[in-house]
Amino acid sequence: MADILTPSAWLLALLQALLFPALAPLLVGWVRKVKARLQNRRGASVFQPYRELRKLLFKEARVAHTASPLFRAAPSVVFVATWLAAATVPLLTIDLPTAVVADIIVLVGLLALARVFLALAGMDVGTAFGGMGASREMMISALAEPAMLMAVFTLAMTAHSTNLGSVIAHHLGDAFVLRPSYLFAFAGLTLVALAETGRIPVDNPTTHLELTMVHEAMVLEYSGRHLALMELAAQIKLLLYGVLVANIFFPWGIATDPTPVSLAIGFGAILLKLALLGAALAVAETVLAKMRLFRVPAFLNLALLLSLLGLLSHVILEVGA
Amino acid sequence: MNLPALPLLQQLVVLLAALVLFLSFVLLAQSRLVSAIHAFAWQGALVAAVTAVVALSGEVHHLYFSAGLTLILKALVIPAMLHRQVRGLELERHTEALQRPTLAIMAAVGLVIFSSWLVLPLVAEELAFTRNILAISLAVVLIGFLMMVVRQQAVAQVLGFMSIENGLFLAAVSATGGMPLIVELGVAFDVLVAMVLFGVFFFHIRESIDSLDVDRLNRLSETPEIAGEERP
Repeated sequence: MADILTPSAWLLALLQALLFPALAPLLVGWVRKVKARLQNRRGASVFQPYRELRKLLFKEARVAHTASPLFRAAPSVVFVATWLAAATVPLLTIDLPTAVVADIIVLVGLLALARVFLALAGMDVGTAFGGMGASREMMISALAEPAMLMAVFTLAMTAHSTNLGSVIAHHLGDAFVLRPSYLFAFAGLTLVALAETGRIPVDNPTTHLELTMVHEAMVLEYSGRHLALMELAAQIKLLLYGVLVANIFFPWGIATDPTPVSLAIGFGAILLKLALLGAALAVAETVLAKMRLFRVPAFLNLALLLSLLGLLSHVILEVGA
Repeated sequence: MNLPALPLLQQLVVLLAALVLFLSFVLLAQSRLVSAIHAFAWQGALVAAVTAVVALSGEVHHLYFSAGLTLILKALVIPAMLHRQVRGLELERHTEALQRPTLAIMAAVGLVIFSSWLVLPLVAEELAFTRNILAISLAVVLIGFLMMVVRQQAVAQVLGFMSIENGLFLAAVSATGGMPLIVELGVAFDVLVAMVLFGVFFFHIRESIDSLDVDRLNRLSETPEIAGEERP
């Protein structure tokens, strides 16, 4: 562990942390582009989310008269907490000092912190839609978090560690093994990721109908640079879950040593994996319809059941007596 | 059992067995009859696949035959018969919500834990690589029983009964490398005959109480207004 606490390792960690906000809008743009093509539209350029963010950054930020200081602080808190969570996820290399400092449970906690401030900000101004969105978000996350933790425990039991770097290293070190527990954890984590990032079966990111909004309802009162930070945080969250799923379950290609060549291979591999995942997400969003809100608990119960079965099949089938 | 030490084919058996268990859960919680029949067909196909892969990895040739038999009977013929009966009874769009779905699922999870605890002494004997699958097959059997208890619809109860048979078959394949061929043929025909009898019973129940909700059998026929009130 001593060798990875060197300045160069921290520089690499910083580079990875900077890559997250730099790549996040690209993933969103890519998903939108694929979705547009599937719907027989040409769609905007994949760089459109960057332009939108720049436009928002230079616009004046208007704040409601009834807003408290929390309303102004919330975008920064949400953004920083999400970014810190993203910094603990191995993107290019598994030798990550931030992953040693903060394990998966801290990651879940940081995301929960961001969510609490998002919900508080939604309720702060006192509009009906903000409070409604906040209550919905809390219902979804209260159901999604146990499923996520259960999936995480399944992985941690296989690797005997909750450190993301060692989970991935353990998976890489094995030869090709068909693990039922990984299959279940993968399915469970994917469902959780769809719910947490507000994608289509649970929430529609492009909706303009206030009654069906969840995430959008909470940020309805924001404008200018506040809105830009909120949007970027949501995009980073999507990228975070994408990298989490891609690198834990399909870790091949990620750099195990900090040489430039393997880092470049790792970068290419993660870009390829994210492109495939984004395309799969776009296909899923095209063929699936949004669920009624009261169907969401059943959806997340399925995620919990899958994660639980992953845990059980690890204990019953993979460890044994 | 140390999973990475096993050959790939045997890992595949373990994976397929875990999927059979998952389909038992799907069967338990699925409220649409037609989807439940599809889930049952997939479970049968997976049991057939387990049998085929066990045959492939252990070079047990007569298991290929029983895999084929299972595939034809449990994944094709019986689901098709059930489909036809459901269509005949005009139940295609019938949905039956469980009273407390989460509770039923948690009970099933409890059954899985119970059965894994139950087979621990057997697992310690180290009979074969498939011994841990015994826990899975026992759990499939118990979840089938649970399904017959919590479901009110006669067709869904029959699906539970049939999935018990799937669990028993999985146990036989994984523990002993399959039963003798003559026994398997007998069981297969028994299942087929049972299916035909169930079909006759469906129509009889339907004729006498005008529904396939077997909870109504508990009520006296002189009090139709109560039955009509609760389940229109």
